[in-house]
Amino acid sequence: MSHDPWVWVAAFLTLCIFSFLYKDNPFYRFAEHLLIGATLGYALPLVWKNIVTPKIIVPLQHHEYWLLIPLCLGLLYIARLIPKYAWLSRWPMAFALGTGSGIAIPLSLQAGIFKQMQGTMLTKAMLSPSITPTVHIIGNIVMFVGVITTLIYFYFSIKHTGTVGKVARIGVWYIMLAFGATFGYTVMARVSLLIGRFQFLLHDWLGVIK
Amino acid sequence: MNLLNKFMNMDRRWIYLITAICVIIPFLIPIGLPTYTTPPARNIYEKIDNTSDGQVVLLSFDYDAAVLPELYPMTITILNHCFNRNIKVILMSLYMQGIGIAQVALEDVKREFPEKKEGIDYTLLPYVPGGALVILGIGEDIHKTFPTDYYGTLIDSLPMMREIRNFDQISLAISFSGGGVSRTWVTYANQRYGANVAAGVTAVMAAENYPYLQTKQLIGMLGGLKGAAEYENLVEKNLKLKTRKAACIGMDAQSAVHIMMIVFIVLANIAYFAGRRRKK
Amino acid sequence: MRRAGPLKLCLIGGIVMIIQFFIPHRFSKNFFDEVVHWLIVCGVPALVIGYYSIFHVHWTKIRRKREGWGYSIIIFVAVIVVALIGFIWGVGENSVFMKIYQYMTMTMQATMFSLLGFYMASAAFRSFKARTPEATLLLIVALVVMFGRVPIGESVFIKLKLPNLVEWILMYPNMAAQRGIGLGVGLGIMATSLKIMLGIERGWLGGAGK
Repeated sequence: MSHDPWVWVAAFLTLCIFSFLYKDNPFYRFAEHLLIGATLGYALPLVWKNIVTPKIIVPLQHHEYWLLIPLCLGLLYIARLIPKYAWLSRWPMAFALGTGSGIAIPLSLQAGIFKQMQGTMLTKAMLSPSITPTVHIIGNIVMFVGVITTLIYFYFSIKHTGTVGKVARIGVWYIMLAFGATFGYTVMARVSLLIGRFQFLLHDWLGVIK
Repeated sequence: MNLLNKFMNMDRRWIYLITAICVIIPFLIPIGLPTYTTPPARNIYEKIDNTSDGQVVLLSFDYDAAVLPELYPMTITILNHCFNRNIKVILMSLYMQGIGIAQVALEDVKREFPEKKEGIDYTLLPYVPGGALVILGIGEDIHKTFPTDYYGTLIDSLPMMREIRNFDQISLAISFSGGGVSRTWVTYANQRYGANVAAGVTAVMAAENYPYLQTKQLIGMLGGLKGAAEYENLVEKNLKLKTRKAACIGMDAQSAVHIMMIVFIVLANIAYFAGRRRKK
Repeated sequence: MRRAGPLKLCLIGGIVMIIQFFIPHRFSKNFFDEVVHWLIVCGVPALVIGYYSIFHVHWTKIRRKREGWGYSIIIFVAVIVVALIGFIWGVGENSVFMKIYQYMTMTMQATMFSLLGFYMASAAFRSFKARTPEATLLLIVALVVMFGRVPIGESVFIKLKLPNLVEWILMYPNMAAQRGIGLGVGLGIMATSLKIMLGIERGWLGGAGK
């Protein structure tokens, strides 16, 4: 069993939260609010030491006064809290959204659309038995059909009837398969979170496992 | 039928209790079944293993404690691997909470590598808000985006950071994330600056990242605790690290709960179909 | 001016950044670097809004002595104590601040989310039924992934190459559907970004003032 008082504090808080599984109770509520407070309290010194000081105070001490422009623009966000001047907060938002969109559009097009479309195209090498094993050749064809049919399913500008309807139907099967895989992985993820906490209780606190 | 009905309508707290038992028992009576290594995990291992001494790997802790049990074991093992291979490491986070986790991870791994020094073998960068902008900032000039390290030391004065200006000097960037942040790294670091990017993600996100693995926009991926277990095995097999293999130890419990859930789902479906037939 | 000004800034900012992307000149690169830096500095004051809103909610709760107001006091006490510890004794390795973070904040947050493991078990048991052919496919794939991605499934069916089958499912049909969905989402992001830039989407302006 651990002799570290911090481990005991952590174990107590862990059990407080687990107690919610039985029913809502003051121990759980205490831990819940403590978590919010501790998280906010954690951020304050970090914001000051890691952001405000190096990004604003130090440059201003070095006479980099041009920084006052984005800083003043950013301070307009706070106008949101004063109803009469709330409209001023639109200026920093406009700057962030406009430039942010301008930066994101070409990059997202390249990374999210062009590269992905390029990866879908069946090349000679992807279908050649001398280069690619048969199982992967079949996979590549399955993948190509899947991307096209899924896209057709999401294309709502035409009615899903006749041939389009049948193709879209294949797309639905692909989507269900992907959701199944995601669900399987989701179960895995949630169970892993649980395992981590039990490892803490059994190993770090009680010391009953290696 | 009555039994099946009772089973279907049992109090949820019984299910919680059975789940807890399925997690605890394998810890007390471990089986230690082997773990199959997936190609995406092997790719990250090989990339790091083939990185020469003194080169730099960037680890971005883009997660908070909500997904800690899933991602922490893999971050620890990769950090271990890097230190073991004398690779210099930059630790950072796009999440404010992630910086704290990076610091805890560093403290954990430094127990095994007390000779590793801040500014020489590794650098912990502070949290800077902006997400994707921070990645772009690193691509342009890391010194401008991070004027100091986490402890407030000027970054220009750190020996390992003098030669590093942007992604050109970073062999591999690995983003550990519980959301879609690894895709932000693909879009900004890989697409704009050609950086090698890999991802350590929660299992929930693993299936969604496969399109990026196929196009090599991600050179590799570790998916959840299972991915961490795969990496632990790879490191242990080749480097004989004596760390606690938290992910591998957890795999027995993972198997047990999965089996329990499969049994539950199958039984629930039998009860459902039996009920439907009776109604007909 | 209250609406038109920010809309113009948004449009100009977006267009300038898109043009900048296609100019590989040093001036363009420096300009981009500066804009990124401005965006980071500009975003810092926005943190105040987050703190204000949570403090406002809980302060009102305490002032009006609403149900559970005592828990709101815990939030304030925790924020003040943790922040003061960080400011006074520092945030470095092995500091009290880091201990609080490691053994309280991290612990509680991880445990809070680990509850999902229990809920997932209960939910899958109650609602995961093979009601339609599509749901049956989803269920089968989920079970295959759940079984084939853990050591017991891998070991039992190693001769049937279950791990390889799971990898194949993820690498081809799953990937095809994920890519189809991703392409749709990518195009959606693009369209939304353009709508924001062009002033068609104006939700971000809010309702404060014309």
